Amino acid sequence: MIGPQQEATLAGVARLLSAPTEHGPGLAAHRAHFGPLPAPGEAGLIDPVTRSGLRGRGGAGFPTGRKIAAVAAAGGRPVVVANGCAGEPVSGKDHVLLELAPHLVLDGALAVATSLGADEVLLCVHRGDPIAPSLRVAVAERGEEGRAARLVEIPGRYAASEESALVNFINTGTARPTAKPPRPYERGVGGRPTMIANVETLAHVALVARYGADWFRAVGTADSPGTTLVTVGGAVAYPGVLEVALGTTLGEILELAGGRTGPVGALLVGGLGGGWLPAEPGAAVRLDHADLRKAGAALGVGTVLAMPAGVCGVTETARIASYLAAESARQCGPCMFGLPAVAADLWSLSGAAGDPMTIMRRLRRRLGLLPGRGACGHPDGFARFVRGALDTFADDFRGHAHGRPCPGDGRAWLRLPASGDSTPAGWR
Amino acid sequence: MSERRLRVDPIACTAHGLCAELLPELIDLDEWGYPVLTAPVPRRLAAAAARAVANCPTLALRLERT
Ligand SMILES: Cc1cc2nc3c(=O)[nH]c(=O)nc-3n(C[C@H](O)[C@H](O)[C@H](O)COP(=O)(O)O)c2cc1C
Ligand code: SF4
Ligand code: SF4
Repeated sequence: MIGPQQEATLAGVARLLSAPTEHGPGLAAHRAHFGPLPAPGEAGLIDPVTRSGLRGRGGAGFPTGRKIAAVAAAGGRPVVVANGCAGEPVSGKDHVLLELAPHLVLDGALAVATSLGADEVLLCVHRGDPIAPSLRVAVAERGEEGRAARLVEIPGRYAASEESALVNFINTGTARPTAKPPRPYERGVGGRPTMIANVETLAHVALVARYGADWFRAVGTADSPGTTLVTVGGAVAYPGVLEVALGTTLGEILELAGGRTGPVGALLVGGLGGGWLPAEPGAAVRLDHADLRKAGAALGVGTVLAMPAGVCGVTETARIASYLAAESARQCGPCMFGLPAVAADLWSLSGAAGDPMTIMRRLRRRLGLLPGRGACGHPDGFARFVRGALDTFADDFRGHAHGRPCPGDGRAWLRLPASGDSTPAGWR
Repeated sequence: MSERRLRVDPIACTAHGLCAELLPELIDLDEWGYPVLTAPVPRRLAAAAARAVANCPTLALRLERT
């Protein structure tokens, strides 16, 4: 049992990942370690989860207690959806969690379902994900708990795991986002109010249900309480997934991953929809929603990637922007035309094609017309990512503009998946 | 006091641009012909806004009370 007090060690703070791995991820070992899941009291989960200050771990950081309350207030019999798609190609945390502690995720989903009177729990992962078979076993192990839990496999596109896209896929078989309103909490799966949460969020809910809000808040910051899973990568000795207290600085996180393996130029924080920070003073920034916003990035899905000095920030930004543009669901004009146009501007700047001042002005104007103009948050994340790059790599951009030789060594750094099938069939 | 604002359903909008013709005071078009809205809608433009909403060929434009 981790009990009400968890061990704080040099390797971060283990809560979600506290179970010994030698007993495997099965239900019996899970219960032996975490203890039984208590039935939610009279008042349900809304009060403890709200007081815990838990914020969603799927990217936006929305307060989870408020979301459960909104679903409850919508009336009718709700549905619970656990988002385990891990659509961010640079994040590994949801995978690690689903591999090591699938029953903690299911505990959270079932506890929320009990509290809301929901009779259906859906766990979503990307189609063909190698963890799908073992998750099917875990779901079957919970079969006797009186709720229809089932695994749903979603097409492997970036925007297909946005919440309204999940609902759309479950309802119609097409995994493209839909216009809001209605939001899923109002009208989602089968037209019913739908509680969609990231799998890590639900695992934290399972711990709040056991140990309470005060226990949860004992680590972390006032703005962002608790622990969080982080994916650390790039120029560190031991890339991988760690659990740390929120409020840990980015530099400390690099140290926990074995330290830098060489000079680091910039940090990519929060996934591709997050943002860039210069390595200095970025390393001093705390992992905290408010602090990262202030610094120009976002906590997002909790990734910290260390980009080696010597990689060209301009070309790297253009590469990632092209990937994100290709992942647009191509339904909304500002996204389907704006993202490729900004990516093309970035390539023009990288290749010194055309007058850099004219291109930069056009790029900034186009960036300003992205946020809030799509049916989903994809253009907003894209704009934040590019804007952060313009600030972080200001010197590189100036160098390219003045035709100075690029300081980069021509290496492509971040490994990105090939973009998916962008025909309608790719979303089915 | 409740105010009214324009909202476009970006999936339904097909860049006809009619709304910008009917309500140039509040609607601009971007370089691809998609509307850029200014909110909120002042009282003196309420009727014109309602007309733009009614004339959108794809019913993409809406007037919301906040
Ligand atoms: C383009 C796009 C892709 C997304 N992909 C994921 C994803 O793979 N996994 C996830 O949990 N949330 C993803 N989200 C966020 C979800 O829409 C949703 O907010 C989240 O699952 C809610 O969980 P939370 O409140 O626990 O964070 C994505 C959002 C956008 C805009
Ligand atoms: S904003 Fe982009 S990704 Fe989101 S629904 Fe519209 S076209 Fe698709
Ligand atoms: S009239 Fe309708 S479809 Fe045409 S640009 Fe305006 S909102 Fe879009």
